[in-house]
Amino acid sequence: MKKQKLVMVGNGMAGCRTLEELLKLAPDLYEITVFGAEPHPNYNRILLSPVLAGEMTLPDIVLNDLDWYRDNGIALHTGKQVTKIDRKARKVIAVDGTEASYDRLLLATGSSPFILPVPGKDLPGVIAYRDIADTEAMIEAAKHHSHAVVIGAGLLGLEAANGLKLRGMDVTVVHLADWIMERQLDKTAADLLQKSLENKGLKFLLGKQTAELVAGESGRVAAICFKDNSGIPADLVVMAVGIRPNTALAESAGIRCERGIVVDDTLQTYDPKIYAVGECVAHRGIAYGLVAPLFEQAKVCANHLAQMGIGRYSGSVTSTKLKVTGIDVFSAGNFMGGEGMEEIVLADPSGGIYKKLIIQGDLLAGAVLYGDTADGAWYFQLLKDKQNIAEIRDHLMFGSHHVGDVGHAGQVKAATMPDTAEVCGCNGVCKGDIVRAIKTHGLFTVEDVRKHTKASSSCGSCTGLVEQLLASTVGGAYQPSDSKNKPVCGCTDHTHGEVRAAIRDQHLLNIPDTLRALDWKTPNGCASCRPALNYYLISSWPKEAEDDPQSRFINERAHANIQKDGTFSVVPRMWGGLTTPNELRVIADVAEKYQVPTVKMTGGARIDLLGIKKSDLPNVWADLGVAGLVSGHAYGKSIRTVKTCVGAEHCRFGTQLSMSMGVKLEKMLFGMWAPHKVKLAVSGCPRNCAEAGIKDIGVIGVDSGYELYIAGNGGIKTEIAMFMCKVNTDSEVLEYSGSFLQLYREEAYYLERTCHYVARVGLDYVKANVVEDATRRNELYERLLYSLQDYEDPWAAAVAQPVARREYEKLEVPA
Amino acid sequence: MANWKKLCALDDIPRLGSRVVKSAKGDIAVFRTADDEVFALHDKCPHKGGPLSQGFVAGKVVTCPMHSWKIQLESGAADAPDVGCARSFAVKLEGDTVWISL
Ligand code: SRM
Ligand SMILES: Cc1cc2nc3c(=O)[nH]c(=O)nc-3n(C[C@H](O)[C@H](O)[C@H](O)COP(=O)(O)OP(=O)(O)OC[C@H]3O[C@@H](n4cnc5c(N)ncnc54)[C@H](O)[C@@H]3O)c2cc1C
Ligand code: SF4
Ligand code: FES
Repeated sequence: MKKQKLVMVGNGMAGCRTLEELLKLAPDLYEITVFGAEPHPNYNRILLSPVLAGEMTLPDIVLNDLDWYRDNGIALHTGKQVTKIDRKARKVIAVDGTEASYDRLLLATGSSPFILPVPGKDLPGVIAYRDIADTEAMIEAAKHHSHAVVIGAGLLGLEAANGLKLRGMDVTVVHLADWIMERQLDKTAADLLQKSLENKGLKFLLGKQTAELVAGESGRVAAICFKDNSGIPADLVVMAVGIRPNTALAESAGIRCERGIVVDDTLQTYDPKIYAVGECVAHRGIAYGLVAPLFEQAKVCANHLAQMGIGRYSGSVTSTKLKVTGIDVFSAGNFMGGEGMEEIVLADPSGGIYKKLIIQGDLLAGAVLYGDTADGAWYFQLLKDKQNIAEIRDHLMFGSHHVGDVGHAGQVKAATMPDTAEVCGCNGVCKGDIVRAIKTHGLFTVEDVRKHTKASSSCGSCTGLVEQLLASTVGGAYQPSDSKNKPVCGCTDHTHGEVRAAIRDQHLLNIPDTLRALDWKTPNGCASCRPALNYYLISSWPKEAEDDPQSRFINERAHANIQKDGTFSVVPRMWGGLTTPNELRVIADVAEKYQVPTVKMTGGARIDLLGIKKSDLPNVWADLGVAGLVSGHAYGKSIRTVKTCVGAEHCRFGTQLSMSMGVKLEKMLFGMWAPHKVKLAVSGCPRNCAEAGIKDIGVIGVDSGYELYIAGNGGIKTEIAMFMCKVNTDSEVLEYSGSFLQLYREEAYYLERTCHYVARVGLDYVKANVVEDATRRNELYERLLYSLQDYEDPWAAAVAQPVARREYEKLEVPA
Repeated sequence: MANWKKLCALDDIPRLGSRVVKSAKGDIAVFRTADDEVFALHDKCPHKGGPLSQGFVAGKVVTCPMHSWKIQLESGAADAPDVGCARSFAVKLEGDTVWISL
């Protein structure tokens, strides 16, 4: 088929991102021609600030080099401004007469700096701050001149001022409003920021209106005069007072423009053959001036250009971050408050910290952070997701870290960390490595950083810190991941929720059928999606779906935990933490017979035999099995342990038989696969010696019965379990716990612990299903019991079946 | 010169799985893809020596069970941004029999 012609006008960040997305979706659909007014390939405009500050060089910030255009067969015309669109003939004409005809046209002309209409605005030495040419002009001016004046104390102005100061100029920032960055900050935060910028040597003149720029003898600008008749010397004037979408070209072709080129939710203009993205457009009346929304537009636009026809852009919430090294400012959403809004403020001016949260009803509406922006990304996510904050309101101000992400003690201020500080403790990645990767590879998302540096790819506890580094390096261009609508992995565009629904609705029973039914992009999925699919299948269709061992991680495949040296560990189940002399004897014998190097009590109150050769596993299990010991599933996304205290059986304070309750629970749940691991504890009284407060389900005996707590977690981030309900009898403990776990098993996404699942759906939702609706509770409980019925100990099964045993044996090459 | 030795039947290796072969050159992992192609690599991840045989096979790639490096079955090379290579060995399938040459 003959390719269609796509012409793009404007070779900047939004346009090129659209092409990248388009090439991913439909690499061969179009013959592409690009016109750019600047004489450069696409570069990362937001990093002009670090270039000006001397932290980077121009070659560092190219996003798509000339090879990229060539490799993708794109005809590139740099340095050619398009001056006319002939919509009838469907072609564009550039300033030098070059023509290109199109089937589809993409306008991505960005915006231009607004220049104050004052006398002297055209003098040499008066510039704006938008592109490489401006940046080079500033660097050059700093070599020969000493007095710089920046008009406008917004993000751009302050970054320009900071850069010029670092290049040795005497810099004054002139601003019309009463405080700086008034579009992003309230006055209190702005004053703190101003003070720290003053400490860096910047001067400020606030409430000043520029009247005229005056030339010196050389004809170059020499001074700036204000409406109040005062004035100061200026041999470089940078105007940073705002931007105007570039709509002239579109307007001249009769395309509807208001504040920008008007587009609908599919980024189409009034002419259906013409699309527009980036700063030049007005979507639902808003023209955005930050990169993150433009990238969202690019994705949707590409989807429509690729003729997939799904995806709508419905606007963005933006956040901003000033890119001045060593200073942490963040703001998002509505930060000024207003009618019907409430404010929570924390101010410690001498400690250099100020935080303000704006709340509307049960939602976070805005946030301003100064000094400590550690939680910026978290607040932004809450805002973007419109998450109900009623339940966490009382500790909202203290941030997501107030109970502590362990392993990063004291490191909450990304900006002030030295380059050598370790950010990712699992993979040994330092701040410097991450910042370098973000800059040199043009990264905008945590996923990208993860791919390039491995930071936050293991336990994930440093994700917040990585987000902060990303935000402080790329400013508002930082894109928080779409936590609600995230595709399962790179193999598909479907979300976990969609996949779960499809498996249920289409009665899918095995992995190959599922991959086919959902148009997976890879033939066999990958190590991320296949375990998830396998779990969704077996939990949706118990006893019907195929359980595929090759879609399980090695630990679950081998029913033991793999160790760093390739040996395995064996943890037999000790129901409720109880054991017998006979069990201990058999364990001791096994440890001797197979020369187990380490025997250890686990944190889950049972015994771990570590360092067993894979080929010995079946024999070890056979020997343990003689004493009735079965798999402890210490390796699985499954029921792990039910810890108990001694309870009323022996303890003088005990109110309930916690040991026997724990054993009953563990026996009921034996063999339960789950989205993640599941841990329970039963304590005999509120002294809570079994630590039920940090378990997926915690049961606490009281005189009149049991209190049930859910969604605790003692791991990476400690979460305290929440009270669900009070019950009277042992059988009610089983029923309520069981039905909560079944709800979790049916609805949670793979690798969501109960705490994450409940945070997503809300405690009220869980109560409505498990506590308030007896019928629903009963159905859930029945389904749980049905899927656990007749579960066979996997160790005994592996011992008994020769085919299963093969997994553990090595082959030999005949001599 | 290739010195082919009979190793095992194809069905001794699970589809999208592997078997470990003991050899004088150390353990070798023999993989079988969904399309019944077979590949053999030294059973040591170029990262920290993890047993690739215990990894996760999809397409023609195995994901190491230790820290999830992705290793190409054909070449033994790690996917970017990781750098490293596991030694590969010649294996072939004739009928239902897997042959190896060390
Ligand atoms: C053996 C044991 C440590 C010990 O010697 O005490 C252990 C060992 C491992 N834990 Fe654990 N955890 C052990 C108790 C715990 C506990 C304490 C508990 O269970 O009461 C916790 C905190 C409680 C909790 O989970 O809420 C714990 C929180 C974690 C986490 C963080 C989970 C989280 O949601 O934040 C991980 C990582 C993960 O699962 O992704 C983890 C992962 C691991 C893994 C599986 C890491 C891995 O993938 O290889 C370790 C396997 C070692 C091995 O080869 O055997 N382990 N781990 C404990 C086994 C208990 C048992 O009898 O089954
Ligand atoms: C110094 C600086 C720092 C910034 N920092 C941040 C930040 O920290 N965070 C953030 O989110 N955003 C930041 N921004 C804003 C961000 O760079 C812009 O939002 C983004 O670049 C807009 O992308 P765009 O593709 O719409 O426009 P542009 O990137 O401006 O691209 C438009 C291109 O089209 C060309 N063009 C225009 N008309 C024509 C024509 N008729 N024919 C041919 N070519 C044409 C222009 O020359 C330009 O190259 C910053 C901007 C600057 C200048
Ligand atoms: S046992 Fe748990 S805490 Fe200890 S090193 Fe392993 S994963 Fe980390
Ligand atoms: S040993 Fe293979 S990824 Fe680390």
